[in-house]
Amino acid sequence: MSENQDYEKIEKRAAAKELAYNVIRYAFLIFWAIIVLFPFYWMILTSFKSYSSYNGEYIPKLYITSPTFQNYVDAFTEVSLGRYLINTFVFTVVTTAIMLVIVVLSAFAFSRLQFRGKNIVFALFLSLMMIPNELVIITNYVTITNFSLRNTMTGLVLPSVISVFYIYLLKENFEQIPDELYKAAKVDGTSDMRYLWRVMIPISRPTLITITILKVIECWNLYIWPRLITDDSSHFLVSNGIQEIRENGFGRENIPAMMAAVVAISLPLMVLFLIFRRKIMAGVARGGTKG
Amino acid sequence: MENRKQTITAWLCLLPAIIFLGIFLVYPLIDVLIYSFEEGYNFASQKYFGLGSYNYSYVLHDPYFIKALKNTFIIVIITVPLSTGLALIISLGLSSITKLRELFQTIYFLPYVTNTLAVGLVFMILFKKTAYTDGMINLIINFFGGESVDFIEGPYAAKMFVMCFYTIWVVLPFKVLILTSNLASVDPIYYKAAKIDATPKWRVFWKITLPMISPMIFYLFITGFIGAFKAYSDEVALFGTDLNAAGMNTIVGYIYDMLYGNSGGYPSYASAAAIILFAIVFTITMINLMVSKKTVYYQ
Repeated sequence: MSENQDYEKIEKRAAAKELAYNVIRYAFLIFWAIIVLFPFYWMILTSFKSYSSYNGEYIPKLYITSPTFQNYVDAFTEVSLGRYLINTFVFTVVTTAIMLVIVVLSAFAFSRLQFRGKNIVFALFLSLMMIPNELVIITNYVTITNFSLRNTMTGLVLPSVISVFYIYLLKENFEQIPDELYKAAKVDGTSDMRYLWRVMIPISRPTLITITILKVIECWNLYIWPRLITDDSSHFLVSNGIQEIRENGFGRENIPAMMAAVVAISLPLMVLFLIFRRKIMAGVARGGTKG
Repeated sequence: MENRKQTITAWLCLLPAIIFLGIFLVYPLIDVLIYSFEEGYNFASQKYFGLGSYNYSYVLHDPYFIKALKNTFIIVIITVPLSTGLALIISLGLSSITKLRELFQTIYFLPYVTNTLAVGLVFMILFKKTAYTDGMINLIINFFGGESVDFIEGPYAAKMFVMCFYTIWVVLPFKVLILTSNLASVDPIYYKAAKIDATPKWRVFWKITLPMISPMIFYLFITGFIGAFKAYSDEVALFGTDLNAAGMNTIVGYIYDMLYGNSGGYPSYASAAAIILFAIVFTITMINLMVSKKTVYYQ
């Protein structure tokens, strides 16, 4: 009888302990979630406050009573935010498209075709992955300047289209496609290029989507190269644009309007992320490098 | 015949990649070395006086470079261990819960997809003290009985605090994601065996979890070191483009200032600084690799 009571006691104590652990765990996780989310909440909130009400609040209110869209109107009319967004969109699409073509062709050559020197060339490619961007950007800046490509879309795009890492990632993926498919295609007289287009690319679609998304994120947030290569604000990308808005923006410290610009810049990637959440997270876990 | 045709196809497929890599990666690598030894190079006339190590000695004696070096080292030493440790705690918390886990994971990943320049502006405003308001963070400090500090234009320690805090906020999503998926891949059979033996939790952590994920922690350390040594955009986001004036410049910032901007036009100095940076990162990575051989458990 007393033994049973002991067990009950032990069980109760274990349950209480588990509960305490859980409270600590969730409290900590919620605490950090607030730290992560607060800047986002704050920027959206402020972007709907009017200029006078924002500056009138010594203690900022964490809610709004009379939201206004005026800041968004200002952000798109008083500064060239629309221009920056269009530039970045074009830059992202062009860069990603050219990169995909280059990456697919190279990965195809390395994985499917037989030629002399393949292993040496591939090893050379891989060794190039170790070169930091900071080391080569100086000469690239000089090269682009000498070709008079500063303040042009071409100058922005050219050095950004190549990524050895994605070639590697896609090659690994292509190699998992069974040889039998290739042999069958050969028997049917399919050319190599047709086989690549009709068989390999459709099979590797998930990897291609991952690569595309990672590159899009990278392009959208690119800062250093555009800063070096553009000084005419009509060619700015969003990162430089926001810096420009901050330094010479609205003619006065118009923080709500700045926040509207920040929201407009952040929104496209946020939407993309919420749609492709699982794909992006799996992709970054496999091939992300930031951080 | 078939073989020759394939060889031609293969080289044609590789051609675009080789051209781009050649022009924008291999050639610059050689060129940057040459630049760094050309003394008195003039960007306009593209002429130089002679060859030597003057550029290196100029950079190493430049007070701005010393300041940048100091800032970068402080950022590295503070943010790399802190962010990795914090990421480990968060991932352990995440893998021990089932309810709301996906929601938390999604929230924690959000900073990864944001533009660091844009969100840096939000951080700047939250921390900044102006005539209108002391700023959100200062109000919280006041609430707990502290004094207001100007984090953006005030004392060095305060600026460094914001800097490190923002850096950690930016790099954490990647680390949490990697560690969470790595924790999930540990074979549950080890935990079951430990449970049968009634092993206490801390012992399970030290003897099973940590050794099993140590290669990944080590990987995060190495990439963290490399990333933190290249800190630059986050600084610009918080303190504006003139980092020297703010006293918050970093090595990469110094390189770009030398190349372009108000104090720019010196690709030789920029090249020398870039090569010094590369040497530092290379040395630290090598030391890391040697340490890891003693401490990391590879299956």
